[in-house]
Amino acid sequence: MNVQVLFGSIELGMIYAIMALGVFISFRTLNMPDLTVDGSFVLGAAVSAVMCTSGHPQAALGTAFLAGCIAGSCTALLHTKLKIQPLLAGILVMLGLWSVNLRVMAGKANIPLINKTTVFNLLDGTALETYATMIIPAAIIIILMLLLYYFLKTELGLVIRATGDNEQMVRALGCNTDWTILIGLAVANGLVALSGAMIAQYQSFADITMGTGMVIIGLASVIIGEVLFGIKSLMRRLIAVVLGAMLYRLVIAAAYQLGMSPNDFKLVSALIVALALSMPVIKERYQIWKKRRENHANHLGEERKNA
Amino acid sequence: MLKIETITKIFSPGSINEKKAIDNLSLTLDKGEFVTVIGGNGAGKSTLLNCIAGVLETDSGKIYLGGEDITYMPEYKRSRYIGRVFQDPLLGTAFDMTIEENLAIAYSKAKTRGLAPGIRKSQSKLFREKLARLGLGLENRIQQKVGLLSGGQRQALTLLLATIVKPELLLLDEHTAALDPAASRQVMDLTRQLIMEHQLTTIMVTHNMKNALEFGSRTIMMHEGRIILDLQGRERTEMTVEKLIEHFSRKSGEVLDNDRLLLI
Ligand SMILES: Nc1ncnc2c1ncn2[C@@H]1O[C@H](COP(=O)(O)OP(=O)(O)OP(=O)(O)O)[C@@H](O)[C@H]1O
Ligand SMILES: [Mg+2]
Repeated sequence: MNVQVLFGSIELGMIYAIMALGVFISFRTLNMPDLTVDGSFVLGAAVSAVMCTSGHPQAALGTAFLAGCIAGSCTALLHTKLKIQPLLAGILVMLGLWSVNLRVMAGKANIPLINKTTVFNLLDGTALETYATMIIPAAIIIILMLLLYYFLKTELGLVIRATGDNEQMVRALGCNTDWTILIGLAVANGLVALSGAMIAQYQSFADITMGTGMVIIGLASVIIGEVLFGIKSLMRRLIAVVLGAMLYRLVIAAAYQLGMSPNDFKLVSALIVALALSMPVIKERYQIWKKRRENHANHLGEERKNA
Repeated sequence: MLKIETITKIFSPGSINEKKAIDNLSLTLDKGEFVTVIGGNGAGKSTLLNCIAGVLETDSGKIYLGGEDITYMPEYKRSRYIGRVFQDPLLGTAFDMTIEENLAIAYSKAKTRGLAPGIRKSQSKLFREKLARLGLGLENRIQQKVGLLSGGQRQALTLLLATIVKPELLLLDEHTAALDPAASRQVMDLTRQLIMEHQLTTIMVTHNMKNALEFGSRTIMMHEGRIILDLQGRERTEMTVEKLIEHFSRKSGEVLDNDRLLLI
């Protein structure tokens, strides 16, 4: 793997890590399988592309975040007020977002941003110009991690985390879980949309299909992070998610270099997540199998002694 | 303090599974009163507590707490005035969060949670003191996750969560039924201690007939969604477990049947 590819993967990894943090909030903190992600990622990219075209690349990021918050709120309301299962609520909003995203993109399936000013031009004219694509994502992801860490330790953050553990307890302690779920899913999808917005500017286009499978990529990143870097403390978990997202990009880049077709990446992601999710069952089976073998060995030993 | 006026709760109305779990029940509790509740399987004890706590909406009747009509108040709002401990030790705490974080959530019960830090230094000290009073050594494990605690420790902690901001009413639904005898006794002692200390108005459902008579100042017996016996004062002090069971058979025409029932 040459240096350019390596750097590229790290940069992409940091931008996708924003999305993975969003997935971490919905899947892990709220314990809710939120499939809005595939739609809100494109929503962020679409908003970003349109606003870049009209010359507002920075404001595009903030607007994309807010748009994602609204998408997440819709999913939350479908679930909490209309009692639709989270999985289904997310799919419904994702489906609806396809049309919304096309509207945002003025009916075009693709918006190129070649030669448009983006946030990556912020350092133009300074000594750091050539490293902008590394420095800007790094700065953003670090700031976001710190904000998120602080947020999840606020009074509101604590009850959002508790909601994922035990809704009953949160209500018994005087907090409306409809509200905590709303805030949680809003922030989660806001982050996802922000990630989409950055990706659009990074790769200089937005495409209506760019969100397909995003939730699985996010989940894969979260799981890789958990397995390799641990879940001890909250900060550790956030760092693990970010490193997981970066590692995922590196693995994909390596696979690509080794000649794997990009068409197969989604299948590989699906396999990784399936494997990771089945880990507890596999572990249990393995324990049972080991025990049986031990018993069997003991049994044989005794038979031999007796004989 | 608590006034329940002829409430009724029917599950799955209109279907073949229709079940009148609470049947025109009225009950009034004075401030500081500690009532124990007994009754057979499916008598409606948990349903009654859930109606008071707002987990279930009643079909008719009114509920007042401290003079305020709370009949249509959502569960989470009532919780500002009502503390609860459940039978299942898993239901009372957030297992993946630390003891300190659990206490902090309970401590901010009466206010709207915003973006202020969830745990402050001054609170930590208070939490440690309160935990030390439980006598379980939890004050030294304040940074550990609740998932690591035993059932008894969790119920003790849940009791603390329910009372750290003094509630106007404490609801305990067989909160020691899932514990082994030693832990059960310990949690019961703690319960008594906390209730005495804060003079809490309490309703405690129990499967232990002896506890029912021994704890509190009043005992009610439920059957098919109604109160069939309300014991206080001398009548209660002279009551024994045997007489209570006999009473039940006479009033209900059935044998008291509860799979968790403890007679001693
Ligand atoms: N959610 C529900 N849906 C339908 N029926 C219910 C529901 N909850 C309780 N019931 C029924 O209402 C009746 C009263 O149940 P409840 O749980 O209040 O009894 P209980 O006195 O607490 O009994 P136990 O000693 O077994 O805890 C029972 O017949 C029960 O089957
Ligand atoms: Mg019950």
